[in-house]
Amino acid sequence: MAYSFPEEVLEHVFSFLTSDKDRNAVCLVCKSWYEIERWCRRRIFVGNCYAVSPEIVIRRFPEVRAVEIKGKPHFADFNLVPEGWGAYVYPWVAAMSAAYPLLEEIKLKRMVVTDESLELISKSFKNFKVLVLSSCEGFTTDGLASIAANCRNLRELDLRESEVEDLSGHWLSHFPDNYTSLVSLNISCLGSEVSFSALERLVARSPNLRTLRLNRAVPLEKLPNLLRRAPQLVELGTGAYSAEIRSDTYSNLAEAFSACKQLKGLSGFWDVVPSYLPAMLHVCSGITSLNLSYATIQSPDLVQLVTQCRNLQRLWVLDYIEDSGLEALAASCKDLQELRVFPSDPFGAVPNVSLTEQGLVSVSEGCPKLQSVLYFCRQMSNAALVAIARNRPKLIRFRLCILEPRVPDYLTLEPLDTGFGAIVENCKELRRLSLSGLLTDRVFKYIGTHAKKLEMLSIAFAGDSDLGLHHVLSGCESLRKLEIRDCPFGDKALLANAAKLETMRSLWMSSCSVSYGACKLLGQKLPRLNVEVIDERGPPDSRPESCPVERLYVYRTVSGRRVDMPGFVWTMDEDASLRFS
Amino acid sequence: MEGVMSHASDLNLKATELRLGLPGTDERDDVESVARNNKRALPESANDSGSKGGKSIDHENAPAPKAQIVGWPPVRSYRKNNLEAKKTETETGMYVKVSMDGAPYLRKIDLSIYNGYAELLKALESMFKLTIGDYSEREGYKGSEYAPAYEDKDGDLMLVGDVPWDMFMSSCKRLRIMKGSDASGLGCGV
Repeated sequence: MAYSFPEEVLEHVFSFLTSDKDRNAVCLVCKSWYEIERWCRRRIFVGNCYAVSPEIVIRRFPEVRAVEIKGKPHFADFNLVPEGWGAYVYPWVAAMSAAYPLLEEIKLKRMVVTDESLELISKSFKNFKVLVLSSCEGFTTDGLASIAANCRNLRELDLRESEVEDLSGHWLSHFPDNYTSLVSLNISCLGSEVSFSALERLVARSPNLRTLRLNRAVPLEKLPNLLRRAPQLVELGTGAYSAEIRSDTYSNLAEAFSACKQLKGLSGFWDVVPSYLPAMLHVCSGITSLNLSYATIQSPDLVQLVTQCRNLQRLWVLDYIEDSGLEALAASCKDLQELRVFPSDPFGAVPNVSLTEQGLVSVSEGCPKLQSVLYFCRQMSNAALVAIARNRPKLIRFRLCILEPRVPDYLTLEPLDTGFGAIVENCKELRRLSLSGLLTDRVFKYIGTHAKKLEMLSIAFAGDSDLGLHHVLSGCESLRKLEIRDCPFGDKALLANAAKLETMRSLWMSSCSVSYGACKLLGQKLPRLNVEVIDERGPPDSRPESCPVERLYVYRTVSGRRVDMPGFVWTMDEDASLRFS
Repeated sequence: MEGVMSHASDLNLKATELRLGLPGTDERDDVESVARNNKRALPESANDSGSKGGKSIDHENAPAPKAQIVGWPPVRSYRKNNLEAKKTETETGMYVKVSMDGAPYLRKIDLSIYNGYAELLKALESMFKLTIGDYSEREGYKGSEYAPAYEDKDGDLMLVGDVPWDMFMSSCKRLRIMKGSDASGLGCGV
C-alpha cells in the first residue's frame, strides 16, 4: 500500500510531523518510508554530542536546516566536571560547513565554542538565521564580531548564561548599516559595556525586534532611548535597574514603558532601586513571564510588583519574597504555571529570610495551573510535601533543594521518604524530579514503583545502599537521565541493571562507591555504551580494582569511544584491560 | 527508629565517603554554631566563581566558616557571584585598601559613604594630608603633587575619574595614591 503514494505526497504528509518521536516512528515503518523521511528531515536534536558523530548524522540526514546539540552533563553547571572535559563544537561546525550550506539554525547547550567555530559559522552558511548559545564557553567578543559582520540574514543571537571573554564592546558595531533583520538579541551574560550608540542604532533599524535582553552595564537612564525605538518589544531584559533618584529619569522611564503595549516578558533587574519600580506598573497587567532572580529587593516593593502581574505564568525570584510574598502571589496570580525560588544566601549558616516550606504549600494551594517548581529552602516536612502532592497532582517538574544536605523532616525528625513518595504517587505525569534532605532506600522504592513517566532524576546525599539505586533502575520505565552525587551506591545495582543503561541517554555518578573493577566490567559487557571514568588522581590502574572512582559517566553511543578525551578521562571497553597492562 | 538507623549508617559511611570538600571539616557541626557575625572584612580576591572562594571569614569575631562542598547547593556561578557582590556591599560597606607611595602602612576606606569623586578625593586629601588637584579628561591630574589610581577587577591600574562613579564603585578593588611624577604615564593625552 505504501507504494501507491508518490514520494512527493509522502514527503508532504511527513512535513506536518514536527516531533522527532513521530518522525523516528515513521522511519521504522518500512525501508521506503525511512528513505523518504531522511531526505526531508530538516531539524535534528542531538541530546549528547558524543552519542553520535557529525559524519553519521550527515550521512543519514543530508538536507538539514536546523541543528540542536547538547554537550556536557548537567552537573557541569555546578563545577562537578573538570575544565577541559570536552564537548567541542568545532568538529560539528567543520563537518556541517561542507555538508549543509543551507543551514539556518544552530542551538548549543553546555558546549565549548571557540572564536574559530563562530567565524566558520559566519562564513559557511549564507542563510544563517539563529544562533543560541546556552551555558557555553570558550569564545570572546571577537567571535561575536564575526557573526555580526557576516551573517546578513541573522534573526536571533542569544547568548544566555554563556561565559564570554569580553575583549571589547565594539563587536556590536560590526552589524552592517543595512542589516535590519534582527528579531531577538540576548546579551545579558556579557560583563562589560557594549557600545551604546551602536546598540541604539541597531535597535532603531530593527523593526522586527521582539526580544531584547540587555546586560547589567546598560544604565537605567539610557533604557528609555532603546524602548522608544522599539515599542513593539515582547520581551525585555533591563540592565542595572538603578540610577540617582531624579524625576526626569523617572518620567522618561515611565513614559517609555507605557508605550510598550506588547510586553509579555521582563528580566534583568540587577541592583534594583525600589523607587524606580512603579515606572513599570503600566505594563504589569500584560506580563506573563517575570525573572527577578537577580533583583535584591524585598517586601513590600517586591510583593507589590509581583502581585500587580495578575496574568503571570512564570515567576523566577529570590527568597526575599518570603512565605508572606508567596501567599500574596498565590492569591493574585491564578495562571501561574512555573515558580523558581533561588537562595539569596546559599552558604549562610542561619536563615536570612523568612522563607519556609509554607510558601510553597500556599502556592500549591492557590495556583491551580502550577506544573513546574524549583524551590530552595532550609526546612521541609513530610506533611508539607504530602499537601503539595495532593493539591497539585498535575505537577510535571518538581525540584526541591534543601540547602543543608541530609536534613530530616524538621517537625518529626524523620526522613523525607514519605513526602517524596506522595509526590511520585500523586503526580502521575511527573517528568523531572530532584531530591534533597534526609532520604533512605525507601524513597527510591516509592520512586521505582510509581514514577513511571519520570525522565530525569537528580539525587544527592541520599540512600543507604545499592538497593536504592536498584529500585530506580529497575522501576523507572521512562528514565532517560540519571545524575547522582555523594550516595552510597556501588557496583551491585549497576551491574545488575546494566542493560537498562542502553535505554537511557546517560548516567552520572560522582563521589559514590562504584569500583574501578565494576566500571571495567560494565564497559566490557556493553559495547554500545561508553563507560568513562573521570578521575583527577591519575590512571585508575594505579590503584586497586576495588577502589571507588571519583566520577563515572555512562552514555549510549553509536560512534564508539571518544577520540578527544583529556588526560583525566578513561574509557572502559573490551580493550581496557589490554591497554592498561 | 528509621531516622536513627540512617543516621548511624550515615556516620559509618562518612569515613569512606568521597567528598570533594575541605578536609577535616564536617558541615553538620557548624549548623549549631553561634549566629554569624555579620560584620566581616571583604575577601581580598573575590574574583573566583564556585564555592571555593568568597566566604573565608577573617574577622576575629566570626565563627569558623562552614565547610563548603563543591557544587552544593546547586546554584550556578553567575548567580552566586551576583549575590556575593551585593551582600558585601550592603552589609559591610565597600571597604577598599588605600596605599600611598612612601607611607609605612595602608588605610581602608568605605567607598559606599561617598556620593561621587569630589567627596572621595576630599576624603583622601584629608586622610593623607596632601593635595590631589583637579581632574581633567585629557590630562588626568597633571600638575598635582599626587594622583589617585585604582586597581580594577582585571588587576589593571587605572586613573580615578575616567568612568562614571557607579561603575568605579563596582570595579574598584583597591586605591593607590601615586606621586605625581610616577603617575605621569596615566591619563596623559592618550
